[in-house]
Amino acid sequence: MRFGTVKYSVKQGVKNISRNRMFSIASIATMAACIFLFGIFFAIITNFNYIVEKAEEGVAIVVYFDAEATDERVEEIGEEIEKYEGVAEVKYVSAEEALDSFLSDYLEGNEELAEGFKDDNPLVDSDNYEVYLESVEQQEEVVEFVEGLEGVRKVSKSDVVAKTLENFNVLLAYISGAIILILLVVAIFLISNTVSMGITIRREEIAIMKYIGAKDSFVRAPFIIEGILIGVAGAAIPLVILYFAYGKAINAIMSKFSVLNSILDFLPVGEVYKTLLPVGLALGVGIGFIGSFFTIRKHLKA
Amino acid sequence: MIELREVTKEYSKGIAALNDVSLKIEQGEFVFVVGDSGAGKSTFIRLLMKELEPTSGKIQVMGQDLGKLSHKQVPFYRRKIGVVFQDFRLLKDRNVYENIAFALRVTETPSRVIKKKVPAALSLVGLAQKYKSFPKELSGGEQQRVAIARAIVNEPSILIADEPTGNLDPANSWEIMKLLEEANQRGTTVIVVTHNHEIVKMMNKRVITMKQGNVVSDEKKVGV
Ligand SMILES: Nc1ncnc2c1ncn2[C@@H]1O[C@H](COP(=O)(O)OP(=O)(O)O)[C@@H](O)[C@H]1O
Ligand SMILES: [Mg+2]
Repeated sequence: MRFGTVKYSVKQGVKNISRNRMFSIASIATMAACIFLFGIFFAIITNFNYIVEKAEEGVAIVVYFDAEATDERVEEIGEEIEKYEGVAEVKYVSAEEALDSFLSDYLEGNEELAEGFKDDNPLVDSDNYEVYLESVEQQEEVVEFVEGLEGVRKVSKSDVVAKTLENFNVLLAYISGAIILILLVVAIFLISNTVSMGITIRREEIAIMKYIGAKDSFVRAPFIIEGILIGVAGAAIPLVILYFAYGKAINAIMSKFSVLNSILDFLPVGEVYKTLLPVGLALGVGIGFIGSFFTIRKHLKA
Repeated sequence: MIELREVTKEYSKGIAALNDVSLKIEQGEFVFVVGDSGAGKSTFIRLLMKELEPTSGKIQVMGQDLGKLSHKQVPFYRRKIGVVFQDFRLLKDRNVYENIAFALRVTETPSRVIKKKVPAALSLVGLAQKYKSFPKELSGGEQQRVAIARAIVNEPSILIADEPTGNLDPANSWEIMKLLEEANQRGTTVIVVTHNHEIVKMMNKRVITMKQGNVVSDEKKVGV
């Protein structure tokens, strides 16, 4: 296609939009709502994934031993666990260390009280292995395996939180997927309608074009450009709004729930937009293209 | 140049708008097609444009069998034919210059060629001064001249006019006929459908008369 033809098609595409203003605005608004919701869900899901990932790093199983287990047996247990698939790291924690960690967790600021425990360790039988896993999904399987080992008294699984987060994340993905799908269909439908209107308005012009010898692609180009422009506008507007809203939202969450500061760690906006920007724009262009392409094909078959 | 062999066109089964028509038009001819309303004149033209397919028979134009022309080839075929209609069919939202340039844009002509060809076509139809006017600011005769300029700007081999003077007064009708004749003198084959018997008589060209889908007479020029 010649440059002059491209320029002409773009100009006509823009003209279609402005001639058909109400429909175009409705299409852009629907697209914008669609991409906006997509952006919000995307930001939430990526942040949740990030948080879950962080939480999973800390997921550990704690393995306690029978009182009569010998030091050698304890060492063997450690080796066997280490060999098991999905196990990232096995760390031995002595009874003294266990107490120290317990005291610093729960009696912070009460050093005198803590000193009192030191001489009479209540956690005397609590030397253990902390077993770190590669992912939280393997937890159950590993626990079952370790419980079956000889000399193991008790296995405590931790972090129901991580599991809950993960389930919640899957649920959120499904809900957002469904909402976005519905909106996509509505957006495609509206763009298709807008383009149909444009074709009706230009019916005579299209007939003349065909008499003069316009190729199908020449007749179609302005309408497809119209669809793509609506798509791009419908994507750009919410993406810009979300970009600025994101930081504000995180600040608000952080200050409202300051207790969460240590647990929650949000992704910076640039990190989220690395994926969201191209995906959002591609969605806009894609919806615009699909909505207009099939409409014009249907109308201009002959 | 143009040859129809036993061409029949039925819009609905059993009723022929064109009934077993055979005729030949040579390159450089000027031909009138006359007949009552409903005789099949427009059907004939739409078949030539490959806007319609004949129900049976064969049409050959410029050495091409229209039945064998693929959908993709049709635009390129039409670029060799200029058409003018009774109702002008100009684009109302564009000025005279843009209306003529439109025919060149559609055929993807480079801008610098467009800039040369549009004024040339406008002066051929005597509207060089009015290039900025919009269709609604022009008289019927002027609008039809713009339509002719648009039809000839691509330098087609064939120029077809379907009742080009149907909406015009006698003076303007003559103007339009003059322009069509000039195009013919430059070598274009011209086919004009008309109801205007006076003009047909005065112009002294070949006349094909149709009636209910049949060619009932085909008279070459009658002396001078
Ligand atoms: N699109 C159409 N569908 C059905 N019948 C048509 C159509 N166009 C024309 N006809 C019929 O075909 C016959 C010839 O019409 P047409 O070629 O337009 O005649 P003319 O141009 O000589 O007035 C008429 O009887 C008309 O009613
Ligand atoms: Mg007619």
